[in-house]
Amino acid sequence: MFLVNYIKEIFGALKSLMVGMRRTLFYFTNHKQIITEQYPDNRATLKLADRFKGEVVMPHDENNEHRCTGCTACELACPNGTIKVVTKFDITPEGKKKKAIDKLVYHLELCTMCNLCITACPSDAIVMAQTFEHSVFDRNQLTKVLNKEGSKIMEGIE
Amino acid sequence: MWSFSEIANMIHTWLNDTFSPTLVTIIEMVIMGVLVISLFAVLGLILVIMERKVSAWMQIRLGPNRVGPKGIFQSAADTLKLLMKEAMTPNGADKFLFNFAPYLAIIVAMLLMAPIVFAKDFTMWDLNIGVLYVSAVSSLSVISILMAGWASNNKYSLLGAMRSGAQIVSYELSAGLAILTVVVLTGTLNLNEIILSQQNGWWIFKGHIPIIISFLIFIIAVTAETNRAPFDLAEAESELTAGFHTEYSGMKFALFFLAEYVNVFIVCAIGATLFLGGWMPFHIGNWEGFNHIMDYIPSSLWFFGKTFFLIFLIMWFRWTFPRLRIDQLLNLEWKYLLPISMVNLLIVTAMAILGWHF
Repeated sequence: MFLVNYIKEIFGALKSLMVGMRRTLFYFTNHKQIITEQYPDNRATLKLADRFKGEVVMPHDENNEHRCTGCTACELACPNGTIKVVTKFDITPEGKKKKAIDKLVYHLELCTMCNLCITACPSDAIVMAQTFEHSVFDRNQLTKVLNKEGSKIMEGIE
Repeated sequence: MWSFSEIANMIHTWLNDTFSPTLVTIIEMVIMGVLVISLFAVLGLILVIMERKVSAWMQIRLGPNRVGPKGIFQSAADTLKLLMKEAMTPNGADKFLFNFAPYLAIIVAMLLMAPIVFAKDFTMWDLNIGVLYVSAVSSLSVISILMAGWASNNKYSLLGAMRSGAQIVSYELSAGLAILTVVVLTGTLNLNEIILSQQNGWWIFKGHIPIIISFLIFIIAVTAETNRAPFDLAEAESELTAGFHTEYSGMKFALFFLAEYVNVFIVCAIGATLFLGGWMPFHIGNWEGFNHIMDYIPSSLWFFGKTFFLIFLIMWFRWTFPRLRIDQLLNLEWKYLLPISMVNLLIVTAMAILGWHF
């Protein structure tokens, strides 16, 4: 019985080694599988994974309108104070006061790309962009205002 | 036809006609030395770039691709860098042993070049105990590793060297027994005669399953003896930083590196000589046409082709298998390889006596 197990073990080991070697031989002979991106050379055609998290941006449509209601959910969700929402009160045509954002300040130098603000946002106003060339000479340039100049909230977003 | 043996004979006769016999011997020695050193340099460059490319392709990477077309001059650039760097000696080190160890490693590798048959009738030293010489001298390399580890005055170096000692001493056994199976079949220790005995077929084909088993054992054992992954406990980057050559830099490190690659070449050359017929072309039974075509390929190409195939095999192992633990390493040798190779040797001896091989 011992001898049977001994021989079985040897053949099992050889078989598992062969499986691994077949895999590496496949990669060795199929160069199309290579996943290396030659980054500065292929900047124009660079394809990043969908899940890549580069920085937080706020998409605007063609009428310069965004979806942010100024609820500060992102500010509360942020673990290290990267996002600061500065709110103001708009006067609606009916004469009521309505909360809106004045500025959404985003400190890229603090951001850890944890994605919590994006999941916290109830109206999908902010998303992660796929840009990653963030280096600048002055730290102040990393503090960004996400909503564009003179933008306002889209119709029908509460 | 230009062949290595004819060129060597031409030079030999020309030298004999021009100079006195003593001078001829000295000149030939110098030529040999220069040839061995240049072979070392070329082998180092080729094997390093080969390893880097093979590893890259097996790990779905591109590998070096900037210096020269497809990066083929990368290893030359690396060598230049290593030559420029300062070779430091740590303060607490044993200065003499520390500086001597890399040279010992390279000397052992050079000594091993002597009996290898590179092409038909082309060998430096056709000695009648070639196999014994190779297995005896190759075990000296452990001394250089232990010397380097001890002299470095660094616990990681010493640990790496000790592991390497245990490993090389134990794997020498099964490598020796695997070599013995071929010696038993041929009845000679002369590498040239071993090659000539494979005229009608390489031993791996003639020797049936027992020789295939001993070939596998040989490959496993020499992988361990040359300290390459999956048996690279001696240098284990992730555990011991670099093992015995942690403290080395510049050209002294490069010598260790070179010695490792040349050792890989030598064990593969020995494996090709013993099991794959050295420079013997590939023949199939009575297919006259096919055999004639095979004879047209120069014998040196056959030898280097087989050797590089085995080197590729060893690189393939390195980039596929995970590293063994020290207890697994010794288990593999003492519980599996050694008993199997002993039984195997017995079977091969019976085969040789009863004439069961072709």
